[in-house]
Amino acid sequence: MERLSRLYEQTEQIVTIDKDSAPRLMFSGEDLLLEDLPVGTRVIYPNPPIEGLPNVKAAIRWAINHPEGCDPLHALLRPGMKVTIALDDISLPLPPMRTPDVRQQVLEVVLELLADSGVDDVHLVIAIALHRRMTEEEMKRMVGKKIFDAYYPDRYYNHDAEDPDGLVSLGTTRHGEKVVVNRRAAESDLLVYVNLNLVPMDGGHKSVGTGLTNYAGVKAHHDPETIRLSDSYMDPERSELHRRVDRVGKMIDQHLDVFHIETTINNRMFDGPLSFLMKKEDHFTETDRLAVAAMRAGLQKLPRSAKRKIFQAVPAAYDVIAVHAGRTEPTHARILEASWRQYAVDVDFQADIGVMGIPFVSPYSVNSILNPLLVQVMACGYFFNFYRGRPLVKKGGTLILTHPCSDEFDPDFHPSYIEFFHRLLPETRDPFVLQEKYEKEFAENPAYVHMYRTGHAYHGSHPFFMWYWGENGRQHLGRIIAVGADNEHVPRMLGWESAETLADAIDMARSTQGRGAEIAMLHHPPIVMTQNRG
Amino acid sequence: MTTPQKAAFFDVDGTLVRTNIVHAFAYYAMNQGTIFGTAWQTAKTAAAAPFLWALDKVNRKAFNELFYGFYKGQTQDRLLTLADELFTDVLKPALHPGTGRLLDETRRAGCRVVLVTGALDFTVRRLADHLGADDLIANRMHFVDGVATGRVIPPIVEGAHKAQVMRDYCVKRGLALDRCWAFSDSFSDYPMLAVVGHPTAVNPDVRLRSVARAYEWPIVDTTQG
Repeated sequence: MERLSRLYEQTEQIVTIDKDSAPRLMFSGEDLLLEDLPVGTRVIYPNPPIEGLPNVKAAIRWAINHPEGCDPLHALLRPGMKVTIALDDISLPLPPMRTPDVRQQVLEVVLELLADSGVDDVHLVIAIALHRRMTEEEMKRMVGKKIFDAYYPDRYYNHDAEDPDGLVSLGTTRHGEKVVVNRRAAESDLLVYVNLNLVPMDGGHKSVGTGLTNYAGVKAHHDPETIRLSDSYMDPERSELHRRVDRVGKMIDQHLDVFHIETTINNRMFDGPLSFLMKKEDHFTETDRLAVAAMRAGLQKLPRSAKRKIFQAVPAAYDVIAVHAGRTEPTHARILEASWRQYAVDVDFQADIGVMGIPFVSPYSVNSILNPLLVQVMACGYFFNFYRGRPLVKKGGTLILTHPCSDEFDPDFHPSYIEFFHRLLPETRDPFVLQEKYEKEFAENPAYVHMYRTGHAYHGSHPFFMWYWGENGRQHLGRIIAVGADNEHVPRMLGWESAETLADAIDMARSTQGRGAEIAMLHHPPIVMTQNRG
Repeated sequence: MTTPQKAAFFDVDGTLVRTNIVHAFAYYAMNQGTIFGTAWQTAKTAAAAPFLWALDKVNRKAFNELFYGFYKGQTQDRLLTLADELFTDVLKPALHPGTGRLLDETRRAGCRVVLVTGALDFTVRRLADHLGADDLIANRMHFVDGVATGRVIPPIVEGAHKAQVMRDYCVKRGLALDRCWAFSDSFSDYPMLAVVGHPTAVNPDVRLRSVARAYEWPIVDTTQG
């Protein structure tokens, strides 16, 4: 009965294409496509944004005063103690949210409380793990000028996963996962982790266990075997990745006093002139249609870098919908409830053919380029895994994606990606071979280590984890077809096929799946995830 | 401890330190011991500077041969004594802030650290020791009765020849070139970069930056700490 009522409430998020349906708007990198889909295609739309909390700071105060599974934060503090506050990095949320960022709001409350409690030894550490170091400007934007000026650079900095003196090994779990943590965090009397959950994959034990560790620590659960065994890593209960991360996190909680402050946001990714991207095409007004036409015409005339700048200049209008605090697991469970409430759309079918537009942004390309490896991560990693229960596309089905797949990389942010893509992928796409033969070499490459530590480069090993990230998608899908690629070699190197138009791609897919193949389109962004527990 | 199976070869001038061999030579010229000696040597150097600059651009090998001729007549003792001062006064302060960290990272990767430079060995020996380099490959001055002849013992280490001496070094030590790194700031070191498996541009000049971008070599900045 509960399922039936849920289905009834949710069905309006699924639109079945009819003869007179409007064409659907799809991202293809920095371009917007208008595509007519075959009759019968089911288009799955995001839920409308959940109403934001009316007073975020009050919610933060309430959360830290009524935590899950432990005493209130003020009761854990004592004068003279050493506190480290770890923060999620710029990979969350996407695109970056309007200021003040929720992390700034949490810090404004917590830092005041610490000062009032006589706690002066406070460091703010950005839990970048193997991601790139955030730039000074990005760091300032995330916490606001006042906190930045007070703490940067000595007490507000990026975690360094390659600092030989900056890490502590806590040992190994019973299953052999290495547990390594930032030394400052490990040696603090209290570690406060301020998290921003964009999707259900984030947060919980993953925050400290992944964000404040090193290559060995990440490797313990970001390996091809783990990813293959993960049904959907958006669904922690069925994700081997999360099982392993949880073991690491439990060990960290045994050694460190960790107080989590978790937050999550709604999916109000676009507003103002881009608000048409939050609507169903059938509900477009004349103004929306004009805005779409004007935007598409404008984008067509601009070079890709200019288009990127335009999109990157527009922060998202996210609202905070939940704040919870306390011990790792109960806090995270509360946040996951809110996250799924926003994203989950119930479906009772699996499609033979899935259609997904790949947008301009990913967690690893903020203020940068969505290079071919990241396109792969978005398609086979993130979008394929945007499900709970059964995947949207059947085993052996076809995924059609739209993206130009340009052979373009950012040499400052993604130097090791370039070598991975052009030197390793032509040799093999087998993640186990890549892991065995090359992962360590890239991880230890002194040039990449130096660029990670002093520049803004992703760690040398990061492209490997990106490739593994798509592994369960690659294993599940029969064919992947890229529509609109501006070259032939990128899709081929990724193991994909190419089609000039979406109609061609659907014809190609039907040649395998049959004329009566069921087609579904995941209409994002904003983020939408399917829930199929049938 | 296992023997490292790979090496990291570093050019020195511009790569590890801001200065170059001309500075080293100028230091010697400015420290002749007598006022007249200093004045004469400095004047000679100043007069030759535009020519040397032009020659360096056109033919590095010819430049080196001519350049080292200016050492003719200097005593070995004096050159070695001045080498200590050269290190303290010129080279050490000119180290890029990120040099130490880059070398540490190559050691952590299990590499032998080898400096490969067209400078004379005695001018960079102290620097190599200070940086903890495992080996130094540099030009060697020919001395007769303790006096420099102004000739360099062949083969001259420069340009294309750096690649050859690196290859010889690897053969001698059983290292695989394709597992080695090379670091340089200058396009003139293209051969030494091209011969290894992991070429890396460090604070590169315009031509090397362009080549590094084209060949997708990493570009490292050591000008920041």
